[in-house]
Amino acid sequence: MHETRYHRPSSLDEAAKILSASADGRYLSGGQTLIPTMKHRLAEPTDLIDLTRLAELKGISESGGALTIGAATTHAEVASSDAVRKAIPALAALAGKIGDPAVRHKGTIGGSIANNDPGADYPAAALGLGATIHTSKRAIAADDFFKGMFTTALEDGEIVTKVSFPIPTKAAYEKFHNAASRYALTGVFVAVTKGGDVRVAVTGAGASGVFRAGGIEAALSSTFAADAIGGVAIDSSDLLSDIHGSADYRANLIKVMAERAVAAIA
Amino acid sequence: MTTVAMTVNGKAVSVDSEDRALLVEVLREKLNLTGTHVGCDTSQCGACVVLVDGVAVKSCTMLAAQADGSTVETIESLAKNGELHPMQVAFNENHGLQCGFCTPGMIMTAVDMVRRRGKTLDDTTIRHELEGNICRCTGYVNIVKAIKAGAARM
Ligand SMILES: Cc1cc2nc3c(=O)[nH]c(=O)nc-3n(C[C@H](O)[C@H](O)[C@H](O)COP(=O)(O)OP(=O)(O)OC[C@H]3O[C@@H](n4cnc5c(N)ncnc54)[C@H](O)[C@@H]3O)c2cc1C
Ligand code: FES
Ligand code: FES
Repeated sequence: MHETRYHRPSSLDEAAKILSASADGRYLSGGQTLIPTMKHRLAEPTDLIDLTRLAELKGISESGGALTIGAATTHAEVASSDAVRKAIPALAALAGKIGDPAVRHKGTIGGSIANNDPGADYPAAALGLGATIHTSKRAIAADDFFKGMFTTALEDGEIVTKVSFPIPTKAAYEKFHNAASRYALTGVFVAVTKGGDVRVAVTGAGASGVFRAGGIEAALSSTFAADAIGGVAIDSSDLLSDIHGSADYRANLIKVMAERAVAAIA
Repeated sequence: MTTVAMTVNGKAVSVDSEDRALLVEVLREKLNLTGTHVGCDTSQCGACVVLVDGVAVKSCTMLAAQADGSTVETIESLAKNGELHPMQVAFNENHGLQCGFCTPGMIMTAVDMVRRRGKTLDDTTIRHELEGNICRCTGYVNIVKAIKAGAARM
């Protein structure tokens, strides 16, 4: 790992100031993506600004039909939160399937959303539930936030502060694990919103990261049943192909994961 | 350079280290606590698991500076007055190790597991909880047996 300077600011403002004064600084949350990347010298930030102790990024609360989770909340905290389990059990279950216990004790929802790994789980929940991502500058709809692999609408220095998930009528997430890394080889989040809309978000499979499966959404909107999915054609030309699975294999997994998710809640 | 103040295995320590130093490096190289192992470079094997503020973390995937002000427990904290911890005894009795390289991480993960999930653990729970710990030797069967037995005795 290259040299770096570690900072522990005590407010959001101070964090942003340290970042803008640094030559090439990065925010640090759980470090479960950034530190391995630095160890491989694929990132070499001059400064690390630790966000995890900021009170503004903490806490889980429910109001106005939405569940709001502070960016510095760990995967373990989300998985074991009574408030999350009650309001959106699929979200608690998703958090409990990220990586392994040690990763869940450090990794945060804000870090995961900001990082937008193409195989990460939270982006599927954010897009599937139609979440709003709150930042130090503005509020961004999930539909406008994820811009492609490892790319988001965040500007330089902008900090994810919390994520608000509208509480759905029902939702489920099914993940086909990569056996080695624990990331999603393909994961599908299915939600029926309070307004009756069906939203289906896919992670792990898209060559440009998380996306909504319009064909499956349309099929489920007319009949919300697992066997409505079989006839949907999935275009594999925009899907990932790698040593873990071909694009066609992933196209099939999308349908199978979606069927399982729907079967769990139909 | 940063001065990192932590409570390690019940003792207050203060160490000067580079900001980029990993917690595992400080534990092993500055505090001579070499029971914590490094088995990979990809945050996947769990040989380095220690408890920070009471929960399991991979000490190779955390800077020492992040642990400033924290309480750290390593494998060396478990045996008391020359008596092995019940989880260590269980690994011994159930032949839960062969080369022993993964064992410190397995045992710290097991202790964390019991603290969070209780003393009665079924095989499925133990296997899921071990998803971040890799063993090259045993095939896991005896590790699972050892954790089940050790948990019941904790
Ligand atoms: C062995 C292993 C297995 C894993 N398995 C999975 C898995 O199955 N599914 C999954 O989804 N993930 C998995 N992960 C990744 C894990 O969930 C990470 O915790 C997560 O991707 C990043 O969160 P973090 O808090 O650790 O962020 P960090 O690593 O600290 O930061 C990641 C990036 O986001 C930026 N950032 C962090 N916080 C903010 C913020 N609040 N605002 C703006 N930018 C910010 C950082 O600058 C950095 O660029 C795994 C990781 C490991 C090591
Ligand atoms: S050495 Fe830490 S996970 Fe392998
Ligand atoms: S006993 Fe050798 S790696 Fe587990």
